[in-house]
Amino acid sequence: MSSIHWFKYSAPSTFYPLAGKLIPWFWALFAGFALAGLWLGLLVAPTDFQQGEGYRIIFVHVGASWMSMFIYLVMAFWAGLGLAFNTRLSGMMAQALAPTGALFAFISLWTGALWGKPMWGAWWVWDARLTSELILLFLYMGFIALTHAIDDTRRADKAGAILALVGVVNVPIIYFSVKWWNTLHQGASVSLTKAPAMASIMLWGMLLCALAMWMYSIAVALMRVRVIILERERHTDWVKELLSSR
Amino acid sequence: MLAIVTHTIARDLRLALRRPADLASVLFFFIIVASLFPLGVGPEPDLLRQLAPGVLWVGALLATMLSLPRLFADDYRDGTLEQLALSPNPLGLMVLGKVIAHWLVSGLPLALLAPVLGLQFDLPAEALWVLTGSILLGTPALSGIGAIGAGLTLGLRGGGVLLSLLVLPLYIPVLIFGAGAVDATVSGLGPGAHLSLLAALTVGGVAFAPWAAAAALKIALE
Repeated sequence: MSSIHWFKYSAPSTFYPLAGKLIPWFWALFAGFALAGLWLGLLVAPTDFQQGEGYRIIFVHVGASWMSMFIYLVMAFWAGLGLAFNTRLSGMMAQALAPTGALFAFISLWTGALWGKPMWGAWWVWDARLTSELILLFLYMGFIALTHAIDDTRRADKAGAILALVGVVNVPIIYFSVKWWNTLHQGASVSLTKAPAMASIMLWGMLLCALAMWMYSIAVALMRVRVIILERERHTDWVKELLSSR
Repeated sequence: MLAIVTHTIARDLRLALRRPADLASVLFFFIIVASLFPLGVGPEPDLLRQLAPGVLWVGALLATMLSLPRLFADDYRDGTLEQLALSPNPLGLMVLGKVIAHWLVSGLPLALLAPVLGLQFDLPAEALWVLTGSILLGTPALSGIGAIGAGLTLGLRGGGVLLSLLVLPLYIPVLIFGAGAVDATVSGLGPGAHLSLLAALTVGGVAFAPWAAAAALKIALE
């Protein structure tokens, strides 16, 4: 299959229509997974005998946490690619992903707080996982703030890329330092890692919801990258043609 | 190679010593921040002893951070940085020299000052030694990581606030192990493990950060 020209779509002018075609598919997948996941999660899955109905926030919480971490990796991947090959689209992808990642980090913290209040009796505990998720949100905020503070888009992309890569190196260090910080000081009063053996129906609901969030992230990132492409390439002929034909 | 580093250190030190007020303002910031806490939380010695490691470490960290914008800004403004980047020598080595010089005028005096402030917080003598040692060991990493942030925010509007937003999350491990070493001494566990991890962070930070900072500077100078 050497005839497929993979780099064809690395040009914004060819990627823009491709993304436009893909977006409805990802929205459709999102709707399917979300409906199935929420149906399983809210209607089919049994009530937990310890946590009652409150546990159902897991269907949002876990997926959001996964996505917040995964999106950071994807963002750093695009950033590194952009830095290595000097492609324009990579930097745009990284910038398009950052707000979604930050949103999921925030949702994860917020739903975690809502879950923590009835279960642990506290909105917030300085648990290793909570703290590192908070720091992840800080890293997203730093990335967004930096790229928005630089007017020159190429400099913004490259500076953001360096920050994202430094962040990726640091995330494991931060995670383990926070973990040791917690366990060295006080006995673990609350452990998220000791999950009770989960009923498979709950697991399926959770996975479907996580997949739905994944599809949502792709769809939204593609929509955002299309806007960024139009904004940055507004001086080119193809954008002018595209806009005048509307 | 070593000559480039030592030359940069000597030059930056000479420049810093000609403006002693800058140096002193960082130290006084540290003293003031550390003095605010007893005023805020009350003078009970037991409470202060418990707070001391964290407060002094956060103070040292913020003081280091405040002196970061000056790391490259002056050279950037008068064009020296551009000349340095054009020279055939690797920019990373010059950044390393600047990082070491920055540590000599910020981290080192902060470490020497910390035990005096520790006395105000009624820390035992052994903890004072560990406090000095941990700040000595940890601040090079702060200077190194900070250089990346300083390079990235060079010449930007609102650079100072942005710099803190970028750099502070990355400082967290150093803070945890630095304050943890003092805490462990106070509670009788011994600071060995924390100090080893702190040394590892410093070695890693000083080895790799200058190259990332050099890449950031090249982008800023484009």
